[in-house]
Amino acid sequence: MNEIWAGIQEAVRLIFSLDADLIGITLRSLEVSLTALVIASALALPFGTWLAIRRFKYRRFAIAVLNALMGLPPVVVGLVVYLMLSRSGPFGVLGLLFTPFAMIIAQVIIITPLIASITHQAMRELWSEYHDLLISLNTSKRQRVAALIWDGRRTLMTAALAGFGRAIGEVGAIMIVGGNIDHVTRVLTTAIALETGKGDFALALGLGFVLIALTLMVNFAIHALSRTEREGTW
Amino acid sequence: MSQPISVYLNSILVKRRGKTVLGPIDLDLKVDGFTILLGPNGSGKTTFLRILHGVERASSGVMQWSMPNEQAHQAQAYVFQSPIMLRRSVRQNLAYPLQLIGMDKDEISSRVSEWAQKIGLQDALEFPAPRLSGGEKQKLALGRALIRMPDVLFLDEPCANLDGRSTREIEDLLHDATQVGTRIIMTTHDLGQARRLADSVLFLLNGTLHEKGPASIFFAMPRTIEAKAFLNGDIIE
Repeated sequence: MNEIWAGIQEAVRLIFSLDADLIGITLRSLEVSLTALVIASALALPFGTWLAIRRFKYRRFAIAVLNALMGLPPVVVGLVVYLMLSRSGPFGVLGLLFTPFAMIIAQVIIITPLIASITHQAMRELWSEYHDLLISLNTSKRQRVAALIWDGRRTLMTAALAGFGRAIGEVGAIMIVGGNIDHVTRVLTTAIALETGKGDFALALGLGFVLIALTLMVNFAIHALSRTEREGTW
Repeated sequence: MSQPISVYLNSILVKRRGKTVLGPIDLDLKVDGFTILLGPNGSGKTTFLRILHGVERASSGVMQWSMPNEQAHQAQAYVFQSPIMLRRSVRQNLAYPLQLIGMDKDEISSRVSEWAQKIGLQDALEFPAPRLSGGEKQKLALGRALIRMPDVLFLDEPCANLDGRSTREIEDLLHDATQVGTRIIMTTHDLGQARRLADSVLFLLNGTLHEKGPASIFFAMPRTIEAKAFLNGDIIE
């Protein structure tokens, strides 16, 4: 219990002393995960919706693969991205390894299937509900997708938040491709892993509480912006 | 009244999992006034209606409206047996069909108020449509179908789960619609309702068309034994 209490004290001290390192690390965490979220959402939301509407031969197979990819082990993703970006790898010349950019790539790969899968599930239900009406109203494909995305926007937000949650708390992949370099690629999760390894549990816990608070704040902010739970239950 | 509309069906057949649910149907139907599609449950009424409207495709056969397909679809509306509500407010539900055809905002808003008045939901415009009562949902679905002033309106048992008062309100709306030139094709297994509304009748049984003709003649002198039995209130299979 002592460690937890010390951790809370450390978190409070870090926050109120506006510790420069903490602020840098926190901002980098946000920057990496939010960028990954935006890119992954831009890929996954239309793809998941398309998968729900479109009938094609290998659809079931594609969905099974997508669902399996949700459980992609981050460490393995990190390893593969590492090999791709390393000096001897195919993209080695770009010199991206151990940069925030590499961390974003890894996180996009990890969270895109998750967001796409939740999107697909939600859109499939909405589509089966709306199908007859939208066909009957003689809507174009574009109008159908627009109606689904608009009326399903709250579920899509949940999908995005699930993706963000996975990204911000992820440590295995970004540790490998980012390298946890101080002031360059160190983020909250990798810092926690490092401090734990060093035995500085108070600091590690303090950083942990900051991470949890950050996640809560982002969720609240997005809920407030999109006015969920205010306009009825649909 | 605009130009006459008719639909021609040649050997329309619908199969599901190897079983014939409708057809073969050959029919040259002049769509005029109030046509009632009558028959017991499972006789293929809904399937027939969905084929006519084009939300479902026939397994084989040819169907052609007396106008190009695109134009025919645009001039039709359909009210489903269990009303489909968009997860939006009553106002947005009414406005949606008009937004789709790119009508300007002032015109939409005046038509929406007009129709909200007609369907008695003028005080619930901002209310979420999925939370309306069953009767209100059905009226909203009907208003949403009529707001584009379709040439042909399809209705699939619109009063199936409604009480007397809601049924009368819906029948009044349908009557008004026919007065301004909307032709209606409606399924029902409710004989009383069929007698009240029909100008002409199509009698379906086991997926095939048993009888068609003007309502006055059908109800007074049905030609087939099955139709006679159905009108007598016997259970036919």
